[in-house]
Amino acid sequence: MKKILLLALLCLPFSLPSLVQAKVAEYTSGDPEIHGRVMSVSEELRCLVCQGQSLADSNSDFAKDMRAQIQEMMEGGMNDRQVVDFMVQRYGDYVRYRPPFKATTLLLWFGPFILLGVGVAVLYTNVLRRRKQIKEIPLTDDEHRRAAELLKEGSGENKA
Amino acid sequence: MVRYLLPLAIFVVLAGFMWKGLSLNPRDVPSPLVGKPAPQFQLSQLHQAEKTVSRDANLGKVWLLNVWASWCVSCRQEHPVLMQLARTGEVPIYGLNYKDERQDAIKWLADFGNPYLVSAHDYNGRVGVDYGVYGVPETYVIDKQGVIRYKHTGPVTPQALRETILPLVRELKG
Repeated sequence: MKKILLLALLCLPFSLPSLVQAKVAEYTSGDPEIHGRVMSVSEELRCLVCQGQSLADSNSDFAKDMRAQIQEMMEGGMNDRQVVDFMVQRYGDYVRYRPPFKATTLLLWFGPFILLGVGVAVLYTNVLRRRKQIKEIPLTDDEHRRAAELLKEGSGENKA
Repeated sequence: MVRYLLPLAIFVVLAGFMWKGLSLNPRDVPSPLVGKPAPQFQLSQLHQAEKTVSRDANLGKVWLLNVWASWCVSCRQEHPVLMQLARTGEVPIYGLNYKDERQDAIKWLADFGNPYLVSAHDYNGRVGVDYGVYGVPETYVIDKQGVIRYKHTGPVTPQALRETILPLVRELKG
């Protein structure tokens, strides 16, 4: 019993900060549907002031303001797509974690496949060249005899 | 020969990209608004709340819109540069006081000097969002037709002013 109490006490400091944080992140109005939509859209949008975090992940003031604004726009009747378009108009394609498919992003989308193709081509030519380098060297009579002797020796040992 | 040159070439290319990457500012996000009409706004003036300031009132002249706030530390850094520019009178500077308490902002200008012809009080930051503001300070160069021609993110340095902003302003003035 004492042990369990001690364990609970030890865990307390770890559980406290998460409680506090949960309070900070609480910004949504009562509507759980809108809350879900705000979160899913902000997952798709980059927090511009915090490198490598989405608007949903970040607790920066910028992200909080943005989430509040997204929520307000959704409560005003905008759908998810309109909200994303609103952000793209102001902050550019860069705010989207999934870049759109267009001329300037072709390299972004196809770059990895081009690299893969180059890799396969290099591998293929290397293998071909190797194959050409390998020549059949016929054994001389002397070598044949030696090979036969070695084989015989080996099988003899096995039997013994 | 190729066997040795190829890795070297790959290394040089990679090093080139990385070297370039070192000098890029990751916070510098290209604004999609450059080349587009500056978003409309109508806000109350910072000093005279009953008066308004709008984008359209500035049609026909080249002007700078500088986004600032009393809580913004880098604004202090660029402030002397703006003061200097205001003294030359070469281009009118309008302020967009972003998410700031009115008294704080007025006090800040009283303490450090006011380079702005007029500051607009964007208390809830909605006009800032329309302009794609994500870090303060930011400075926009807006032409006679009300089109954003350039956006500078971060404090305006004397160098940026001399080499980019002022030449552009002179060109736009014609």
